[in-house]
Amino acid sequence: MTFRKYLVLAGITVFSTAGDSLLARGMKDIGAVSLHNLPGLLLAILNPWVALGILFLLTFFTCYMSALSWADLTYVLPATSLAYVLVALVGHFRLHEVISPTRWLGIALIAAGVGFVAAGPSLTPVRAQENSSESPNAVTEEVKL
Amino acid sequence: MSDLYAWAAIALIVLASTTGDVLLSYSMKRVGDVGELWRRRGTLAVIRRVLSTPTFPLGVAAMGVAFYSLLFGLSWGNLSLVVPASASLTFVANAVAARIFLHELVGRRRWIAALLVAGGVVLMAV
Repeated sequence: MTFRKYLVLAGITVFSTAGDSLLARGMKDIGAVSLHNLPGLLLAILNPWVALGILFLLTFFTCYMSALSWADLTYVLPATSLAYVLVALVGHFRLHEVISPTRWLGIALIAAGVGFVAAGPSLTPVRAQENSSESPNAVTEEVKL
Repeated sequence: MSDLYAWAAIALIVLASTTGDVLLSYSMKRVGDVGELWRRRGTLAVIRRVLSTPTFPLGVAAMGVAFYSLLFGLSWGNLSLVVPASASLTFVANAVAARIFLHELVGRRRWIAALLVAGGVVLMAV
């Protein structure tokens, strides 16, 4: 794992959190969408908060695709799931949503799970061998982890 | 009532985004390390290579379904419930799907992580 790769993982966390929070902010303006008013959901992208949120989520998507090109799906997802913790904190401090003690405990468990998987290798041996035909450097790099 | 809608949206998000994640991960593994491709051939080559992978648009379509389910869910439930619940459940579903469809070695470390996150989700839903 190079510094650039950690930066990409951090980008996934930050941009998905910012994107989701902006979406939530926009949807609070629009209010609850009923099943009878589904076209209203399509018009939601005209809201500036939602539009900005989509822009952030597109940046997130670019980082995410980059990460998936050199790491396992089962590594990328948990390694970047600190975003859930961030999103809860943003919901609490910026949008004034109430977070109960049990929910805080849930956040702690998720964070622990993240730590568990992030400490392991990013690419499992089967994948590393398959990739070795294309880029031998990648293998030695992952084995060190 | 709004809780039922929120959980229905969460279920839809999990199904759609797991399908999307597996398809996109499969696509990007076929493309290879985009960082290296970008250094050797430039941005356009990366975009061309990604877009010409047939499973990529399918994955994006599944993600689109997941995205609109998320908007739907957010209009009914709290950000701090809908986003963590759907994303973490997706993570568990993905661990299973990645093992079956992508043949990733999901070892003890990754299963423990999956269980910790699943436990976290249950607590967040209480």
